[in-house]
Amino acid sequence: MALWSKLWRAYRGRLRRRYLLLRAIRRRRRLTVVVDRTAQIGPESILLFATIRNEDARLDHFLKHYRALGVDHFLIVDNESNDGSREMLELAPDVSLWRTGASYRLHRFGLDWLTWLMFRYGHNHWCLTVDADELLIYPYHDTRPLAALTGWLDRIGQRVYPAMMLELYPRGPIEAQHYTPGEDPTALLCWFDAGNYTILRQEKTRALWIQGGPRARMFFADRPRHAPTLTKLPLVRWNRRWVYLNSTHSMLPERLNECYDQRGGEAPSGLLLHTKFLPQVVGKAAEEKRRREHFGRPEIFDGYYDGLIASPDFWTPHSRRLSGWRALEALGLMSRGGWL
Amino acid sequence: MTVGFIMMCHTAFHRAAQVARHWAEQGAPVVIHVDARVSKQDYAALGRSLADLDIISFSTRYKCEWGTWSLVAAAQSASEQMLARHPEVQHVFLASGACLPLRPLAELEAYLTAHADTDFIESVTTTEVGWTVGGIDMERFTLRFPFSWKTRRRFFDAYVNLQRRFGFRRRIPDDIMPHLGSQWWCLSRQTLSAILEDPERPTYDRYFSRVWIPDESYFQSLARLHARNIESRSLTLSKFDVQGKPHIFYDDHLQLLRRSDCFVARKIWPKADKLYATFLASPSPRSEAMIDPETLAEPNPSKIDRLFSKAVERRTRGRPGLYMQSRFPKRDHENGKTSAPYSIFQGFSDLFENFEGWLAKYVGARVHGHLFSPDRAAFAGGETMFNGCLSDSAALRDYNPRGFLTNLIWNGRGERQCFMFSPRDTQEINWFTATDPNAQISVISGAWAVPLFHSKMAFSDIRREAARLQQIEIDQLNILRSMFVKARVRVWNMADFIENPMEPLQMIVDEISPRATRRLSEAPQMVDLTGFGQFLQSLKNQGMQPRLMGDFPVTGDLLQHPPRRGRSYMVK
Repeated sequence: MALWSKLWRAYRGRLRRRYLLLRAIRRRRRLTVVVDRTAQIGPESILLFATIRNEDARLDHFLKHYRALGVDHFLIVDNESNDGSREMLELAPDVSLWRTGASYRLHRFGLDWLTWLMFRYGHNHWCLTVDADELLIYPYHDTRPLAALTGWLDRIGQRVYPAMMLELYPRGPIEAQHYTPGEDPTALLCWFDAGNYTILRQEKTRALWIQGGPRARMFFADRPRHAPTLTKLPLVRWNRRWVYLNSTHSMLPERLNECYDQRGGEAPSGLLLHTKFLPQVVGKAAEEKRRREHFGRPEIFDGYYDGLIASPDFWTPHSRRLSGWRALEALGLMSRGGWL
Repeated sequence: MTVGFIMMCHTAFHRAAQVARHWAEQGAPVVIHVDARVSKQDYAALGRSLADLDIISFSTRYKCEWGTWSLVAAAQSASEQMLARHPEVQHVFLASGACLPLRPLAELEAYLTAHADTDFIESVTTTEVGWTVGGIDMERFTLRFPFSWKTRRRFFDAYVNLQRRFGFRRRIPDDIMPHLGSQWWCLSRQTLSAILEDPERPTYDRYFSRVWIPDESYFQSLARLHARNIESRSLTLSKFDVQGKPHIFYDDHLQLLRRSDCFVARKIWPKADKLYATFLASPSPRSEAMIDPETLAEPNPSKIDRLFSKAVERRTRGRPGLYMQSRFPKRDHENGKTSAPYSIFQGFSDLFENFEGWLAKYVGARVHGHLFSPDRAAFAGGETMFNGCLSDSAALRDYNPRGFLTNLIWNGRGERQCFMFSPRDTQEINWFTATDPNAQISVISGAWAVPLFHSKMAFSDIRREAARLQQIEIDQLNILRSMFVKARVRVWNMADFIENPMEPLQMIVDEISPRATRRLSEAPQMVDLTGFGQFLQSLKNQGMQPRLMGDFPVTGDLLQHPPRRGRSYMVK
């Protein structure tokens, strides 16, 4: 019986994966190429995939951060920016840019577009899939480039590298802060919650479901189930038969989600510094609430948007100040996992 | 005294060339073996880049596959070439293309001059090695291994099991005592030529060519036959991770490598520009004559050893009590369900006034109230938030009570956490705490009735509530009495406890802070229990049977009983 249900589940997963792939391939024509520099991609290039919309303020630092880590090429889908983001990306020498006017939500929050691009360009490359407000860090990121990490992951035979979201916030109400576009957002957003994350294992996908952090305690204290998912699997030695299932929280086939150690040891992991809470977020929240392009059931998140629009102060006396990866590792938020 | 280097290369040739040039330019002959699977272009390019140095030569190429005889064959032919072409060489150093010299060549030469007769080769009998992968040590020498371990693991394992089952054994040549060790050695000319010119060599070669991973045993075993003086250690610093793969050194290991005083390290990340630039910088003007062999530092890899064993420990055992994105142990594989000892007190806060305050005075610990109370988590000092931004919201806590508790203990590392508990609280963590060796659970059973006794509710409501709480506590006590309990559990019934509260309290306090030998000077203030016996009788009269309090006489003041020893029974 158990065997049959296992097989059945595996088969269902397979069907789902093939459906998602097919769907992405069929929708590839909804992307219009703006500038194609993919000829630069070499056999060992590390690629970054992202969908953006009006991220002008962040993009400069975003590109700088990932170039410094050693990303070789950026493949970006622009979803109708009107703030100069597209023009800026067009000029960047290591960016290939596509644009689309289609609905973000109806294209699996941009995943349909990225699945196609990854299918087309990502096969057998280390692929990083992030949003413009997510900055990847990992143990030794200040001294070792991404290629050192991916080379080591290759050696130990690990193809998926987890990096949970660590939400950063400023001290004081969000809107009262001042941020100059292009600056390092972590200079302003330098506080985080160190130890209020809860984890459930999802039997269906075998992925971990990590929740918690400042948004959970501020906006979802009465309905924790709806608190944002923080699990992320952003760095993958990609195979064109694979798909992201639900944002980059989980993947298919299911076995890829098991990148955590289940026998007491610590597997390697990094962190995505989430720099959402810049002062601009307050205005953006109003727009997002109106557009209803985020979340599967946007209506349950009205309360959350209202909370953001009210320019909250996430800071508490228990908040920790961001300082180097060693402190984050000591807090148990990420792990070297035997990398020395 | 000259040392010659054999370099086994298969990738990152520009780095190998850099190292070979470094050695050759200082006068050390180098023989390079390049894997036969490397393309012609790459091989030719390597040859061209070193063409200006005629003490660098290339040996016959073999197709090198991990764990096979080809590696030994390559080392043999390169050694023969080295000995034949460079009669001045007194020691031969086997290195790989990913090796990096950490100390000037002159120092290595001085060191080897001072140990002219010594062979540096790690060589340990099979019973004493603890590092073999797959648990195959002596069987490397007695079984056959026709299937590749890397690519045909299933066949490999099946064939090994088959041979074990039928008790198959290969005969080991008579003179050979199997020894194992790191494949990176430095042998004296005399030993190496004795091994290579041994009249029995065809026999040995035939035997070892069927041994598993012969590059870790061929020279290691044969050196035992011919060497005059074996130093069983490698001059090459080379560390292995959990999976038996060599650790890689990066730029940020610079200081670590420098302080290790080892002569050569492997494996170096090919893009570690700073390491290569630093260690291959043209040697300081100190000449060989100025190096005093007496003051020459011995290689000292112990510091690195410690770091590496820590890294392995982190990978395999993890940090106890940590639940995070890449460590989420299955039940019973936690290696520490929580990160530190903690104490749970049940019934104490019902029986004593301000028990938390009293306890905090006597133990150096953070004493919380009812963390699992239905309305909010009562953190110590009435705070609404605990370390790590742990919220006091009951909904957040009850969403994942285990996560809440493990977070609390983890966030409070360095300070013991104590909290109150009662049948009125969320009961979901009972199994978890009962099976956690870090938990110290003290229960005064039946004490939940005291607040009811003082309450002004209608008696029918009190009766119903008492029945509910009693059932909850009975269920909980059943857990605490099960055979799976790992916590330190103590249960007293209320009547026994109040007869002599000091002794159990002292015991608990001593256990929490064992170094504080202070006797308890004052007991916590007990609530007024006058009429409690009558209250219990009323419950009985209403048809509810209070079972957990022990014997309370219906009349009379309890505390006037002559004190006797409070019986505590330990479940475990």
